[in-house]
Amino acid sequence: MIDLLLDPLEYAFMMRGLVAAVIVGAVCAMVGTYVVLRGMAFLGDALAHAILPGVAVGYIVGDGARAPLFWWALVAAVLASLGIGAVTKGTRVKQDTAIGIIFAGTFALGIAMISSMRSYAVDLAHFLFGDILGVSNGDLWLTGILGGGVVLVIIAFYKEFMVLAFDPVLATTLRLPTNLLENLLLVLIAVTIVVSLQTVGVALMVAMLVTPAATAYLVTQRLAVMMALAAGIAAVSGVVGLYLSFYLEIASGAAIVLTCTAFFLLVWAAQSLGLRLNSGE
Amino acid sequence: MKVIDRLRKSAGMLRNIPHQDETPFLVVKDLHVRYEGLPALSGVDFNIETGSRVAVIGPNGAGKSTLFKVIAGVLKASSGEVRVSGHQPQGHICIAYVPQRSEVDWSFPVSVADVVMMGRTGKLGMLRRPKAEDWELVRHCLELVGMEGLAERQINELSAGQQQRMFIAQTLAQEAELLLLDEPLSGLDLPSQEEVFLILDELHKRGVTVMLATHDLGMAAARFDYVMLLNHKLLGFGTPQEVFTEERLKSAYGGHLQMIPTDDGTMVIGDTCCDD
Repeated sequence: MIDLLLDPLEYAFMMRGLVAAVIVGAVCAMVGTYVVLRGMAFLGDALAHAILPGVAVGYIVGDGARAPLFWWALVAAVLASLGIGAVTKGTRVKQDTAIGIIFAGTFALGIAMISSMRSYAVDLAHFLFGDILGVSNGDLWLTGILGGGVVLVIIAFYKEFMVLAFDPVLATTLRLPTNLLENLLLVLIAVTIVVSLQTVGVALMVAMLVTPAATAYLVTQRLAVMMALAAGIAAVSGVVGLYLSFYLEIASGAAIVLTCTAFFLLVWAAQSLGLRLNSGE
Repeated sequence: MKVIDRLRKSAGMLRNIPHQDETPFLVVKDLHVRYEGLPALSGVDFNIETGSRVAVIGPNGAGKSTLFKVIAGVLKASSGEVRVSGHQPQGHICIAYVPQRSEVDWSFPVSVADVVMMGRTGKLGMLRRPKAEDWELVRHCLELVGMEGLAERQINELSAGQQQRMFIAQTLAQEAELLLLDEPLSGLDLPSQEEVFLILDELHKRGVTVMLATHDLGMAAARFDYVMLLNHKLLGFGTPQEVFTEERLKSAYGGHLQMIPTDDGTMVIGDTCCDD
């Protein structure tokens, strides 16, 4: 049994992958708490897809190197969130429609750009579904520093983000800088997505943002607890998912997301069962 | 009360603009507001003195919430001006807007004490955590609204009346001097309404100015110094005796009003739009 757990650790790429999965899971879940509470899941999904053209430009400019991808993807995510705001404000179109337009448009642009490259199929799959076992030491450092930065900002502005999420009108009458905080939250989501790109990829990103946070939401009624619990669930899902992917030979990103989903379903089932038992007494 | 005084001293200098006593507390001058492209308020003019209790009445969609949000500095006026103690609302952190209960996310993962503490966010300042004395203040505010035992409850577990009193405790923590309460009495049974009025009486003694939107005309006449009759325009503002004339009410509500003639004049039963 112990061997089952230790064997994969003999591979350096598995060690790096596990560290990356834990960091990314925790960061995604903490940011995801606000995504869940404010009903921004679609926006999160859209931003994840919208970074693809940035990734493509970074790939071409950096000739396959990893570091430029981060920064170009970040630029693309910030531009996309600003674009969604501009379409919502500048037209009569509702926000979810604006998100749909920008999301599909930028995603298509990204696919078009990547398809013009030589090793199209392999690289596109990496961006879409992640490549956690290809994480290098340098990637790990970047993930740790940026992810740590996101967590610090969330802790620093905890009470402000809480007020803004609970009651934006109250935030305004308390004269908090609401526009600044809104934009800061969008930037945090964008950085989180970029940091997680290699772990789960663009297509499954939204699951890392919302599923662990939603699971925590089911079991607690305190924001701080929800955040901590979500981070814990996501980190454990990352480790469990990666082991599953190792032994069952399935894609790592998919395995991690499926583990998150399984946690959610288990908690939900346990809760409805508990409720039924309680009401049956 | 010592705690409140101490906190007021430490925080007051930071953000509160000095209030000018010679001008009326709240001045609204030729206010025009468009909301979602439609005119919501036009040509609204009034002054309110410090410590007044004003009931704002008018049919649904008359612009009561819009008026409150403009006074709170949340919505922008198309033209005209709002002055609170001689300054724009955006400069004050002493204005509290309590939303209609239907607009609140009651399943949000916070306790009653958390929500009351939110009122202090502006005073605490960025990057600061609440200290022991802030929690003491929150406990004191909850005591004032008779909810000291419910501090750790999830907000979803409260009754409608308790939810309303929690928000009033939040405005106490905010040290609000102008309270804008948006239909706080809807859905409250009579004893709960009475509890809210007892707290408002206490606030009145402390010089807090209150504007309260309601559909209960009888309550407006019985419990308030002034009544404001609104339907996109200001149709009447004065003491209940001055405002509650058949003519004025008909111009605001049209046919949506039940009036029963009695010996000493006309008695209004209520507007027919809502359940309170």
